[in-house]
Amino acid sequence: MTPDLDCLDLTRRFGDHTAVDHVNFSVAPGTFFSILGPSGCGKTTIMRMIAGFLEPSSGDIRIRGASVLDTPPNKRPVNMVFQHLALFPMMSIAENIGYGLRRRGMAKAEIARKVDEALERIGLPGIGNRKVTELSGGQKQRVAIARCMVLEPDVLLLDEPLGALDLKLREHMKVELKALQAAFDTTFVYITHDQSEALVMSDQIAVMNNGRFEQVGTGQDLYYRPETPFVAGFIGEANRWRGRVERTEGDELRLRTESGLEMRGAAHGRALQAGDRVEVFVRPESIRIAGDAAALAGFDNVLEGAVSNILFNGAASRALVTDDAGEEIEVTLPQSGEFSDLKRGDRVHVGWSGAQGNAFAVTA
Amino acid sequence: MIPTIPQPRAFGLIYGAYVALFFVFLALPLTVVAVFAFNDSQFPSLPWEGFTSNWFFGEERPQIGVFHERGILRAVGTSAFVATCVAVLSVGVGTTNAFLFNRYEFRGKGFLYVLMLLPLVIPGIVLGISILVFSSTVANGLWEAAEIDVQALRPGLLLVILGQFSFITTIATLVITARLQKFDRTLEEAALNLGANRLTAVRTITLPFLAPAMIGAVVVAFLMSFENFNTTLMLVGSDAPLTIAMFDRLKEGSTPLLNAVSLLLMLGSSLLALIVILFQRRN
Amino acid sequence: MSSANRIGFVLLLTPLVLWLGLLIIIPHIDMFLVSIRERVGRGVYETSAAQYLTFINEPLYIWTFVRTAVMSVLATALTLLIAFPVSYYIAKMARGRLQQVLFMLCLIPFYVSELVRTFGWMILLRETGLVSNLLQWAGLADQPVEMLYNDAAIMIGLVYTSMLFMVVPLVTTLESLDDSVVEAGYDLGGNGLSVLREIVIPHAMPGIVAGCIVVFMLSLGNYLTPTMLGGKDSLWFTEMIYNQFIVRFNWELGAAFGFMLLLLSSLIVWGVLKLTGRTLQETLG
Repeated sequence: MTPDLDCLDLTRRFGDHTAVDHVNFSVAPGTFFSILGPSGCGKTTIMRMIAGFLEPSSGDIRIRGASVLDTPPNKRPVNMVFQHLALFPMMSIAENIGYGLRRRGMAKAEIARKVDEALERIGLPGIGNRKVTELSGGQKQRVAIARCMVLEPDVLLLDEPLGALDLKLREHMKVELKALQAAFDTTFVYITHDQSEALVMSDQIAVMNNGRFEQVGTGQDLYYRPETPFVAGFIGEANRWRGRVERTEGDELRLRTESGLEMRGAAHGRALQAGDRVEVFVRPESIRIAGDAAALAGFDNVLEGAVSNILFNGAASRALVTDDAGEEIEVTLPQSGEFSDLKRGDRVHVGWSGAQGNAFAVTA
Repeated sequence: MIPTIPQPRAFGLIYGAYVALFFVFLALPLTVVAVFAFNDSQFPSLPWEGFTSNWFFGEERPQIGVFHERGILRAVGTSAFVATCVAVLSVGVGTTNAFLFNRYEFRGKGFLYVLMLLPLVIPGIVLGISILVFSSTVANGLWEAAEIDVQALRPGLLLVILGQFSFITTIATLVITARLQKFDRTLEEAALNLGANRLTAVRTITLPFLAPAMIGAVVVAFLMSFENFNTTLMLVGSDAPLTIAMFDRLKEGSTPLLNAVSLLLMLGSSLLALIVILFQRRN
Repeated sequence: MSSANRIGFVLLLTPLVLWLGLLIIIPHIDMFLVSIRERVGRGVYETSAAQYLTFINEPLYIWTFVRTAVMSVLATALTLLIAFPVSYYIAKMARGRLQQVLFMLCLIPFYVSELVRTFGWMILLRETGLVSNLLQWAGLADQPVEMLYNDAAIMIGLVYTSMLFMVVPLVTTLESLDDSVVEAGYDLGGNGLSVLREIVIPHAMPGIVAGCIVVFMLSLGNYLTPTMLGGKDSLWFTEMIYNQFIVRFNWELGAAFGFMLLLLSSLIVWGVLKLTGRTLQETLG
């Protein structure tokens, strides 16, 4: 099947600065595709190039197989939900939603019917005559999407549209956006710096850094099988050590960190040899904590240390454990109740399997 | 139609050319006024007879310069006096108005506010004649009642000042009110909390906050008064401010002397404007 | 209100009431009273509509009145047409430094007296002026051309002199138009014209109304420009008022004229506000 959106070797330079650096990706029809990255990584630049507000320095953008580089923004079969939504304040809700249809010269009655249908679809029937300012944040969000969806675009672009909402509403809108995408069955390209938004909603996520895509995959791929140190550090939390490879045994590694801690790790298919400098990432949630060493017999990394701090955060509570060499390790506390009375200074054992120690060669 | 929307090159060129042409249109009259101030001729027009600075510094006929022309100098003095009075008065009343509208809720406030705006939509010449008519009614009344002749109520500087004050105050009020609305009232409460009384709090906290707007309003009022023509024309007596004096001379035919005065006016007011802009940027 | 508060209130209210009462309201009432009286003998006056009847029965007066109004509307429309693209350029096309500089360049000419600006146009347009010389030099005219003392010269002067009061409100409102709103207009299929009509102009409406009201008022009440650029026969209504007051010393008729001018300007301002559903406070305040 032809992908809905294809970016080939897409590059954009601003003077000396390369904002988007030879990026390649394609998005299959009906996919919720997210581009996730820190601010300034170039994700907005990609989106504006797809929408037609910026010209690529080189490369091609194809929608349903046809290049759109020579198509002005008002003729492209993509629509965009802007960061601050950009609803037209001088128009009513119905006029906002009908705007694009009027541009196509559709008959008035037909427009009215389509607008009502769209309002029905987003669960806000009968608000057509209201002003933009009379809507709540979540309602505006839905109107902004409906305004694009009535045009039945091949691809809908969303530029961090949840950024302005408060936390509770944002959580709610994540679910709703996903549902809307399923209902409209349209390809969504969503950009965000919030990994939870990307992980919850997306079928495919591209992690972007410094103008390049680090890795493209499902949320599970990125979380469990990061391919670059940036992804390992950016998605989820991780304990992070620098060290050196002492010995390799197939995929397994024997490592020593800079502070002298010995541990086992895994190369996960990456070519690493004894003597290579590496960075090791271990997620706090893959480390088990126990009162005595016997309970951790199954793990190949076991340490003893004292609790130096408790970071209570409900379900995501953690303990900081300092081992006798002075290395600090962040460990997620299980919520089964056995550690609810853990205090600073308590002696504990921690352990994790070598396969969880994700090692990457340090290039610099 | 914004830089991010691709447009045909020709459109951009034509648009740019139009804007450039507009600025030529803006600059043209002022440029010719300035250039002909240096024409060594009796007329501020072609042919160009050569460069001279006599229209500024000349001491002898027929080219008496601005700095030796008693009539013009006196008119500048009159204008400066009037403008100073108007600036002080209008900013004073503008400040009390701003506090009134900002701090008090009372019946008829909305109506008074609209009334306060009215001077802006009354033609200047009508403002002038209404004040002229009323002041002479009062003067005549006084004469009939007590045989006192109050010269101040006849056309002259007092009426000019009052006439200009009557509409410049609206502008001063708007400028100062805009600034006062941005004032964080809790600062005043903090001052009260630290032991100041109400008046001290206003004097030490609120007025310093308002100062940039007040200074801006003083300069704007000064400039508006200096260049006012319509209202002044109806109220002027024997002491003519500069614009009226220049108008009278212009009617009789112009010499480059008027260009020289104009150029100095341009320089003076640009300088004042620049000071205000720099001052406000610093704040 | 506490008693200290009440004293403060009265102290602040007094200057406002004195100013508006003594310089605006009572003088206008007095002017109206003067306009409805007729001199029947030495120092003896009667209330009558004679002045207004004179105004209505003299075609020259009516003609001048209508002409002033029509020319002012025309000047306002022209100013808007010329200023809008420039304001849009400053507000939305120019960026950073250039934007500031262009805006400043717009302001500077208006810190200079209207008299100087008009004087500049006289130097340019008169028979011995620059434009006339330029035309002769270019071979487009074989003798000096007088371009002063006609309606076109008045129009140029009026448009020039009130330009600032159109540009400033337009730039201010257009600047507040978010770029993404314009982009959204294009993204949803709009073109330059439809975005201008449905998004930019509706957004700029407050600025357009404010600018038009001020420019119209300034043109209607202008005395200097029509007299200097239009010459003796410029037939501007403010000139009639001046003549009645200062030259003929017929204050009754002059006051009636003044009142008519006030009525006209109030009616038009009120009409424009009504039509656009705005209030004076929003527009000027």
